[in-house]
Amino acid sequence: MALIEFTKRGIYCKQGDFYIDPWWPVDYAVTTHGHSDHVRFGNKYYLCHTLTKPIIKRRISEDLNVETLEYGESIIRNGVNISFFPAGHIIGSAQVRLAYKGEICVISGDYKIEDDGITAPFEPVKCHSFVSESTFGLPVYKWQKQEVVFNGIKSWVSDNIMQQKTSVLIAYSLGKAQRLIKNLAGDIPIYVHNSIANLNEVIIDAGVKLPKTIRITPETTKDELQKGIVIVPPAMRDSRWIKNLAHPVTGICSGWMQVRAHRRWQSADAGFALSDHADWPGLMEAITATGAEKVYVTHGFTAAFSRFLNDEGIEAAEVLTKFGQEDDEENKVDLVDQNENK
Amino acid sequence: MKRFAQLIQQLELSNKTNDKIAALVNYFNHADDKDKVWVIALFTGKKPKRPIKSALLKYWAINITETPEWLFAESYANVGDLSETIALLLPPAENTSDFQLHKWVEDLHDLEGKDDETKKEFILSAWNKLETQERFIFNKLISGNFRIGVSNKMLVNALAKQSSLDSAQIMHSIMGKWNPYEITFHELINGIHVNTDNSWPYPFCLAYALEQEPEKLGNISEWQAEWKWDGIRGQIVKRNGELFIWSRGEELVTEQFPELHFMIDVLPDGVVLDGEILAVQNKQVLSFSTLQQRLNRKTINKKQLEDAPIGFFVYDILEYEAKDFREEPLSIRRKILEALIGGLAESPVMISPVINCSSWEELAELRQTSRSINSEGIMLKKLSSHYHSGRKRGDWWKWKINPYTVDAVMIYAQKGSGRRANFFTDYTFAVRDGENLVTIAKAYSGLTDKEIKEVNSFVTRNAIEKFGPVRTVKPELVFEIAFEGIAESKRHKAGLALRFPRILRWRKDKKADEINTLEDLRQLLQSTL
Repeated sequence: MALIEFTKRGIYCKQGDFYIDPWWPVDYAVTTHGHSDHVRFGNKYYLCHTLTKPIIKRRISEDLNVETLEYGESIIRNGVNISFFPAGHIIGSAQVRLAYKGEICVISGDYKIEDDGITAPFEPVKCHSFVSESTFGLPVYKWQKQEVVFNGIKSWVSDNIMQQKTSVLIAYSLGKAQRLIKNLAGDIPIYVHNSIANLNEVIIDAGVKLPKTIRITPETTKDELQKGIVIVPPAMRDSRWIKNLAHPVTGICSGWMQVRAHRRWQSADAGFALSDHADWPGLMEAITATGAEKVYVTHGFTAAFSRFLNDEGIEAAEVLTKFGQEDDEENKVDLVDQNENK
Repeated sequence: MKRFAQLIQQLELSNKTNDKIAALVNYFNHADDKDKVWVIALFTGKKPKRPIKSALLKYWAINITETPEWLFAESYANVGDLSETIALLLPPAENTSDFQLHKWVEDLHDLEGKDDETKKEFILSAWNKLETQERFIFNKLISGNFRIGVSNKMLVNALAKQSSLDSAQIMHSIMGKWNPYEITFHELINGIHVNTDNSWPYPFCLAYALEQEPEKLGNISEWQAEWKWDGIRGQIVKRNGELFIWSRGEELVTEQFPELHFMIDVLPDGVVLDGEILAVQNKQVLSFSTLQQRLNRKTINKKQLEDAPIGFFVYDILEYEAKDFREEPLSIRRKILEALIGGLAESPVMISPVINCSSWEELAELRQTSRSINSEGIMLKKLSSHYHSGRKRGDWWKWKINPYTVDAVMIYAQKGSGRRANFFTDYTFAVRDGENLVTIAKAYSGLTDKEIKEVNSFVTRNAIEKFGPVRTVKPELVFEIAFEGIAESKRHKAGLALRFPRILRWRKDKKADEINTLEDLRQLLQSTL
């Protein structure tokens, strides 16, 4: 009997009686990471990585009942062995490994292969069945090394400063923002929006080292911001606050920015293809490394990607998910695009 | 090529005309002269020789990347552009190249007549030394168009700014006949191949909308009333045996309207006429949507010439016997015009008739019949007026008829920009088509701030679906939409498109089942054809 089934509440392990990243309230929710399309309010118990605990407590509620695991640690629930391995997606993100009577299943959550310098790097885990995301499951999505992308962002920023423009980077508060901060830190001061500053505090308290940033307050002057790098969450994108800065120019950092049509549709001043999801070669590399006999493809180009795997001789099935996608900046672009193609 | 790749990226990323012009100026300041000629050629639709079919490019790309054909198709569907899909699919380049744009264009030209194996070898080696963005452009050189929102006018403004030459002169130069393989940049923008002394137009005299009772303008005998035609304002210039047609957008459109070329034999040298380019049949003006079939085309086929014949209704004469007549009063200019053009009986060029009326009441009544002759109202010009440059209050007025209206229901809402960025201000409207609602227009002006807030709160409470920035809302709010015209359209699901739609008022008194139907609009469309 299979270790997991796909229900309308989410991925369910019958033997252990728990869900992974459920989207309706359940008794026991194993949580891959802190993005709001993966962790919801209302579950009785949460199991997540140690670093994810303070994040979800801050973002959802201080009153959550949360158990934690380190990477490599395991607990047994109703006879099912649950352990966590790094997914490389964002701070605290974990692949969930389930083992029961010799059968091993790994649920990847979201993942990326490249070491971003701040998240524990992805570790492939041998298993019989593997649940993989496919956000960027088309061969046109191939990332450049992050140094190349960050050099691009840095030279964009220095050009802007010279031309008296204010560089505003739009980045999701959890994950992308910290990755930018870590990799852009240098002589140019980084100013962050409140929501990012708050999360940074939580992350630093949990023991992660982050370069120094400056919280934007009403006292922060336009002149200071013009000479720095401003990072704000997607909700701020079309805000009056940005428009009132000194010659603001916005840059979006997302995997979708790989494609011109998406860049233009976003009407930002610059688009940088920087993603916390695996690209096409990354997905293939991860799946091959698991040695899985059966792959379940969720979230993204599920049809194309599972067809390709089957053609390659890897048994794959498409799994329709219903993750709410309100807060994930990268999925937002996807939604807009699907709408446009209709 | 890197510099050109960078220019394309900058042009694509900004919607602001000033940014685009700045990017172009910067490019023209630094690029190689031979490259500049090619950029002007590509942006004005002059394609280089294309020795390779795009199907072959696709085939080779599929081959070397070992991509199944269906997966290529999936990728293409997501990317939306063949050149770009290929550029993204290929593995990273192993070499680099400093070849400039013109070098690539010339090398491609040299492939003409070679066998497929030689062509393939050239393309594969090129792909292997170009970065993704450069590859995209390289593929476009072979198989596509550069649609990046750079109008001829924008390009000319950038060249004028960079070279300090007169923009009308540059427009004439680049719209003329030239061969990008042979001409130098200097020759091109200085118009060595054309005589720019012959072509220059005058600035158009424009009118303000009449917002008061016409009686307040004084005695009607001091005024000349004409029909206001809904076409493309234009100037016909004839000097030293050459004929030029300029549009109001300061673009040279001579080639687009062969029906008017006979004027080269009719007009004496040193004449400039102001008038309206219209679709005209048997001296009757056809609808704007008929004229539209003839606009912005690089080539015109026989059917288009038959379906939408072009005419020119002359309003005014600005130059006569090579002398500037704009300071003469309108009454004098009109007399010269009548003497010059009045005799052209059986031609598509005619003087826009004067409406003879002895009172404002009579004129107001006639104005109500405007639509029956495809006119959008009346122009009032003071008989003593000079031909001003641009818009000046007082001498010329446009007295337009009221627009068409339709009652429609709002079904989508989107947030605005600028000071309205936090409110849903851009709405899409639908009419009934049997049981269904079909969208007919998008509009974003016409409501007061208070109304916008009210609609905004309705949208927030009644959003059904969310597609990125767009909300689908419960079809409940009815608005009266004003528009200037209606045309058939294959691109819109309704099969028709409204011209200049805007919100006239919010019909709080009406319910969604009281709105107009698609059939109503179809009937209106039939009646205007």
